[in-house]
Amino acid sequence: MIEVQGLTKRYGQRTAIDQLTFHAQKGEIVGFLGPNGAGKTTTMRILTGYMPPSEGAGRVAGFDLLTESLEVRKRVGYLPENVPLYPEMTVIQYLDFVAELRQIAGRQDRVDEVMELVRIDHRAESYIGNLSKGLRQRVGLAQALLHKPEVLIMDEPMDGFDPQEQMEVKKLIRQIGKEQTVMLSTHILAHAQELCDRVIIINGGRIVAEDTPERLSAQIAGGGRIQVLVDGDGAGLAEALRALPGVTHVRALSESRFEVETAPGTDGRAKIAQTVVNGGWPLLELHRDKATLEQVFIELTREDQAEAGDAAAKEG
Amino acid sequence: MRNTWTMAKREFAHYFVSPAAYVVAFVYLVILGIIFNINLNSSIFFGGPPQVVQWVFGPFVTLMLFLSPGITMRVLAEEQRTGTMELLLTAPLREWELVLGKWLAAFAFTAVIVFLSGLYFLITNAFTSPGLDRGAILAAYVGFLLMCAAFLAIGVFTSSLFASQIAAFFATMGVSIVLWLVGALFQNQTGAWADVINYIDLSSHYYNNFFSGVIDLADMVYFLSATALFLFLTTRVVESRRWR
Repeated sequence: MIEVQGLTKRYGQRTAIDQLTFHAQKGEIVGFLGPNGAGKTTTMRILTGYMPPSEGAGRVAGFDLLTESLEVRKRVGYLPENVPLYPEMTVIQYLDFVAELRQIAGRQDRVDEVMELVRIDHRAESYIGNLSKGLRQRVGLAQALLHKPEVLIMDEPMDGFDPQEQMEVKKLIRQIGKEQTVMLSTHILAHAQELCDRVIIINGGRIVAEDTPERLSAQIAGGGRIQVLVDGDGAGLAEALRALPGVTHVRALSESRFEVETAPGTDGRAKIAQTVVNGGWPLLELHRDKATLEQVFIELTREDQAEAGDAAAKEG
Repeated sequence: MRNTWTMAKREFAHYFVSPAAYVVAFVYLVILGIIFNINLNSSIFFGGPPQVVQWVFGPFVTLMLFLSPGITMRVLAEEQRTGTMELLLTAPLREWELVLGKWLAAFAFTAVIVFLSGLYFLITNAFTSPGLDRGAILAAYVGFLLMCAAFLAIGVFTSSLFASQIAAFFATMGVSIVLWLVGALFQNQTGAWADVINYIDLSSHYYNNFFSGVIDLADMVYFLSATALFLFLTTRVVESRRWR
């Protein structure tokens, strides 16, 4: 449904995205993660036909991005980061206008239907300028859903919603993602972890990782990280832990707190506890962190930043 | 074409909910009313036939140089500033449909104001015998609307260049006034350059014929091609956003 190869966009000297190749299937929710300025918005603008890439090619909803832009645009729903609204129009006027632009048959019924779907129907006659941020975001979402798009692309769709609304919207996105292709960008990793079947992490305009959220977490942390806290000075503990079989890395976070990494598939907690107690260090705390997407993200983007240096694109 | 109509409808409706457009229309009609009154009074005092075409369209044209930028400054600049351009350009809408729709709405709104000036003719006609020369009035209106079409196309064009409405306003005014005055630079000269400049000069195409009741095809072609040229340029600018 989305298939791109070697997508590159340059703004003058600056390369915003560099040789992106990825795909997204029907019935799949793909998360697009990256720090600000990684090239998420640029990529989405290309996928929605707002602008063409400087290099590379792609097909969205079965049509070529370059030569059949109009056909692509007919089949893609897009919620930009800055929700494109006209504050002087009422919700219903606005949606009717978009429906007319998209030449939707049975316009009025469809507008009513979508307003109900995103639960904005109670404010249909309100001026958009008077709506709260969350309600505006819903209008933006409604606009993207009007023409029953085959591919739905959303730039930071969770922005502006309160936690209650976020729950509702996630439910809605999941429902849409069952039948259509959904691609969304976010910097809130918990959302990606919860919503997405697959996550693409980009940094400095390049893809640095791509997998399911679970496997990404597993990949980075292997067997997991174990934190050990002892009372007082833990001098010599690091060396003692390092000597244990299966331990790959020990880091002293403070003089009494240590982080131990173990090889994938091993659980070294029992041995670590033994070593600490036998060595005479008063053990206060021992627990295993499961790596979250957050850690994966920080790990990956940090490493890459060191490499890419200033090449990182500034625009989001 | 259907998209053009959709755009034009929304845009036209927008004029009637935006205070700026009401201010433009109000200012226009008040100033025109004052000047008309002054002319009418002096005509009654000194005698002579009422030259309503000159009374109305003389000041009308000058005012238009300052008011048409106010009508068009918003059209594309605001879409760029607020990001709604992203909505329009990711909808199945061609650039020229967008541009033409915007211009059509601006033209329709201007036409409403222009036709309100018809009141002066109706009133004066009722008090004069044997009435006013209808042909001359018609010619003046046709020419004036054609000229407005060109001014508004210039305005839509500059509005596509800026995200700031103020910049769009002054740029439109600048281009219009330069086109308005440029012929005067070469007034008493001959040669290829002078001919070209004199042809480009906007005011001569209005004052020389339409204003005195003559509809000349050459002038119509001039205004229509100026309109088409600027709308074409606008489309290219909007398109260039994709390729930059």
